[in-house]
Amino acid sequence: MSLATDPMTASVSAAGLKARADHLFRAKRLRAFALPVLALLYLAYAFFAFDVTGLVERARPENGAILMRDIYSYKTHVERDNRSGEISYAIEGERKGQYPEGTRPEWVTVAGDVTTVAMPQGHELRYYPDHVEYDIPGYGTISARSSARGVDATYPEGPLPDYISAAANRVMVTTDAGRVTITRNRTEVFRYFTGWELFFFTLQSPYHGMGFQELAGHALNGEAGAIWHDFWYNEMWRHADVAWALFETVLMAFLGTFGAAIVALPLAFLAARNFTPLMVVRQAARRLFDLFRGVDALIWTIVLSRAFGPGPMTGALAILLTDTGSFGKLFSEALENVDEKQIEGIRSTGARPVQRYRFGVIPQVTPVLMSQVLYFFESNTRSATVIGAITGGGIGLMLTQAMITQKDWEEVSYYILLVVLMVFAMDAFSGWLRRKLIKGGEGGH
Amino acid sequence: MPDQTAHGAGGSAPAAQIRESYMAQTRRKRLYGGVLLAIFIALMISGFMTADSRNAGGFWEGLHQIFDFPAAVLSEAGEKITELPGNLVKYLPALVETLNIAAVATLIGAMGGILLSMLATRGLARWPRLIPLFRRILDVMRAVPDIVIALVLIFVLGGGPVPAMIAIAFHTVGALGKLFSEVNENASLKPVDGLASVGANWSQRMILGVMPQVAPNYLSYALLRFEINIRASAILGFVGAGGLGYELKNAMAWGIGRYDEAAAIFLLLFITIVAVDQIGSVLRDRLTHGRKEELLA
Repeated sequence: MSLATDPMTASVSAAGLKARADHLFRAKRLRAFALPVLALLYLAYAFFAFDVTGLVERARPENGAILMRDIYSYKTHVERDNRSGEISYAIEGERKGQYPEGTRPEWVTVAGDVTTVAMPQGHELRYYPDHVEYDIPGYGTISARSSARGVDATYPEGPLPDYISAAANRVMVTTDAGRVTITRNRTEVFRYFTGWELFFFTLQSPYHGMGFQELAGHALNGEAGAIWHDFWYNEMWRHADVAWALFETVLMAFLGTFGAAIVALPLAFLAARNFTPLMVVRQAARRLFDLFRGVDALIWTIVLSRAFGPGPMTGALAILLTDTGSFGKLFSEALENVDEKQIEGIRSTGARPVQRYRFGVIPQVTPVLMSQVLYFFESNTRSATVIGAITGGGIGLMLTQAMITQKDWEEVSYYILLVVLMVFAMDAFSGWLRRKLIKGGEGGH
Repeated sequence: MPDQTAHGAGGSAPAAQIRESYMAQTRRKRLYGGVLLAIFIALMISGFMTADSRNAGGFWEGLHQIFDFPAAVLSEAGEKITELPGNLVKYLPALVETLNIAAVATLIGAMGGILLSMLATRGLARWPRLIPLFRRILDVMRAVPDIVIALVLIFVLGGGPVPAMIAIAFHTVGALGKLFSEVNENASLKPVDGLASVGANWSQRMILGVMPQVAPNYLSYALLRFEINIRASAILGFVGAGGLGYELKNAMAWGIGRYDEAAAIFLLLFITIVAVDQIGSVLRDRLTHGRKEELLA
């Protein structure tokens, strides 16, 4: 209010200033509220556009439960063919995990023609020649006979508990102790165990079940090669194939990234204002980069896999083509920012153009380009996983294959772990190289 | 120069020595550079040969076929050029879905990224001791390829845009969180201290003290990420997560006879990516440029 005593002009401008400030504040406040509201409105629209409510209905949480359980546990199948009466034991029910002829898990006992499967929590299943009996503590004994007509089961008195699903052709009992399925043709027991089964050795290997010390003893007795062979060519986990797939993925990223850098560098000179005064050439080079970048890696992958077939080469070329566009743009921007003085200096010694580029330009841009290339290398390791899943190469292929079977989730989680570790390793490696090269570059020039 | 003449003959010996050692150093550097280059070239060539041998079709046999497929698609699209507008309209909803996936993922990812980046920046963190933990979380989120999360979620949730959206958003949190925390490190702490002195709590300090400083940079990075996410959402569509990629896969599966539809999808994807790329770079330029003008004013 002291402003009132001030000269007229000052008071007007002060009032105007205040009004302007108020206006500014109002506008800012409006913007500060409008942006979150807009974002919320958009999310609400997306909620309906994506049909989230329908998704919740369609979701299969039981699949999630299977997935989670598979990650930390495995199951052993004990299966009897009801026609031949033969009993087979297989981990995860796979041929690769089958117990060799004449061997069986220690929790299965055979006495005469009765085979007894002991399960946790006191559950027990007995295979008799013509029927099976299943003891459930706290409930009673289920007796079932399979015949050509279906499954003939007798239950203890009272209503059926909800963990038993009984039909004419199929009786299934699912409890924490495991799962028992009785059908016309076979009777099956799943018993769950914690861990990843047969990670080191399959049952066929003589080294299965040995402790570390025992293995070390065998290794010292000259069996190291055999032990390594049994581990490396483990049929269940295929360590050799996985290692190769990881290598292939890194190879795709390596060839793609560095190949793109090699292709893009000369083209970038054509697109840089200070090296190519000719407008037409510059525009042509830039539009070429835009084309390579604009045609997505997905499209390149599809087009290339038609010509070259599936495999790592196709993936590498797809990365190469996409990144040629990105590198061309980035490199030409870096080249436009070079310091002319150094080129001038080289020119004053009578150097030819190639020498000017080699000694005046390249040393200036090398650190920038190297660090960009290494960043791309890093992120391309991830892209190579995705592209591998489409073109069929590397760890991406193994990952999608394991996922499509929808049962080998322990392998899926193993591959995911390996992919994450691989990306971490590439991060660390490229970071180390970047520090090393760029520091060396600055010290040298 | 006068220095050297003053020393006379006594000074020339060290000068020769210096030159000698300089030349030796240069030679050594050249040698190292040459060796590194040779190793790099050897790696490239052997890598190329390995990849070539593992490929279903060889590089040199495939090279002349490279234009066969685009030519087939283009010729079929050319024959049915009258149907192109219809096809473009037909796949517009799929394009909108792809864009929606990318936009929602960027939005959610940016929100998560802002929160985690504040928690992971020294000076701003709510719990300074947990900074390494939040940084690790960001690293892991960045490292998991989105296709992995998408495929797992497709198994649990069924196909559709949501699994892809969640997968991309997850990755975006990690990628943006890292960039945002680098931006945060350059933010002035004075407004934060000022707010703290009047009793503002952590979220108020962050929203009122930090956000106005960093918002333009955030926006610029988020725009860049949106471009990347459009590509990612198209690719994830190809593995069964809806949108343009899914339609493309179906059109490709039909093969010859439906290539006109594939061409329409290619065209839509290309136009979208180029358009977003151009608009994004103009916007980003204005965001960072506008900021400079503000600073100058």
